Amino acid sequence: MCDTCGCNITHGNESLIRPGGKLQKTESGKEAVTVLHSLLHENDHTAKHNRNHFDQHNVLAINLMSSPGAGKTALLEATIQQMGEGLRIAVIEGDLETENDAERIRKLGVKAIQIATGSACHLDAHMIHQALHNLDLSEYDIVFIENVGNLVCPASFDLGQHANVALLSVPEGDDKPAKYPVMFRTADLVMISKCDLLPILDDFDPERAKKYLQDIASTAPIIALSSKNLSGMNNWIEWISHQIEERIAYLEEHPVQSGHHHHHEHHDDSLTV
Amino acid sequence: MHELAICQSLMEQVESIAQERDAKSVTSITIGMGPLSGVEVQLLKNAYPIASAGTVAQDAELVIEHLPIKVKCSQCGSESDALPNKLTCKQCGDWRTTLISGDEMMLMSLELEKTKGAQPEIMH
Repeated sequence: MCDTCGCNITHGNESLIRPGGKLQKTESGKEAVTVLHSLLHENDHTAKHNRNHFDQHNVLAINLMSSPGAGKTALLEATIQQMGEGLRIAVIEGDLETENDAERIRKLGVKAIQIATGSACHLDAHMIHQALHNLDLSEYDIVFIENVGNLVCPASFDLGQHANVALLSVPEGDDKPAKYPVMFRTADLVMISKCDLLPILDDFDPERAKKYLQDIASTAPIIALSSKNLSGMNNWIEWISHQIEERIAYLEEHPVQSGHHHHHEHHDDSLTV
Repeated sequence: MHELAICQSLMEQVESIAQERDAKSVTSITIGMGPLSGVEVQLLKNAYPIASAGTVAQDAELVIEHLPIKVKCSQCGSESDALPNKLTCKQCGDWRTTLISGDEMMLMSLELEKTKGAQPEIMH
């Protein structure tokens, strides 16, 4: 939803805004101001800016989200090895502490930027913006953002990505979409990871996971994958290729303005568009 | 717990609007929250005194409008209420619905006290 065209007036809130509604009342000496902006207005603005930045360089940005330990880094390692030289990949890693994940990616010869969020439980658009200062996007086709392992907070923050992938690992149980509907609703692809464990942890039923996803009206495709034995890897690579094709087609129809000059000032919280 | 971050973002927005409008203080902030916003309203309320302290809105009342979850069915076209993890159509039972309300986290309105003509403030 944007903040300009009125599409943020929903069935839920329109009665409040209508003349005579609750939001119209004012006492004397006071001024009532109708705003109707997202609480994350500033984050969303920066996210849009990041997306524009990716688009200018024809870079696809994919945001990976899951609980801790669902296999995001292992998926990236396997993906890098499978794709080989075919696609130029960079990774932005978000963790509370350590460079461990970034180091795993760098070992494979791929550029990785680690964001240590400290106590923050999610990445936000400003952190990604800062990370992009250290990344020459003209050198890449795809940027994976590995979000902080957390099924709650990352769902609320747009980073400027083009697609969200939510991982649901087999040991976690098939009812996670029912427990964390906000997260799974944001997913453009749901990946059932560690599916090599399905024969052992046979109480995980992929069909039931699918049912829970339908209950939250998710139309996201589901891919079962094992980063260990690489089953399902082809479907994942195919999905990525399809995203890239779609992005290229979209950008041909909606070209990014080439006259957009982009000056960055390299200190925190300064954005010049 | 991302509610503090969201509350701080809210306060930045409130402060900039108050400044634009030359307001002396903010007396009331109304936000609209849907259950699918991913924000826990109680945590937001807890974060509010921390985030608003020392700002132009430190004495403002935080009014929360709870917005309902509503879906529209792509198959039968009807609109119905729904639960966060059960967004299927109540009429025909189909799962292919679109959310039309319930994921909002929105600053809806502010009530400002203007610099000119304002009543003298009682000291706290």
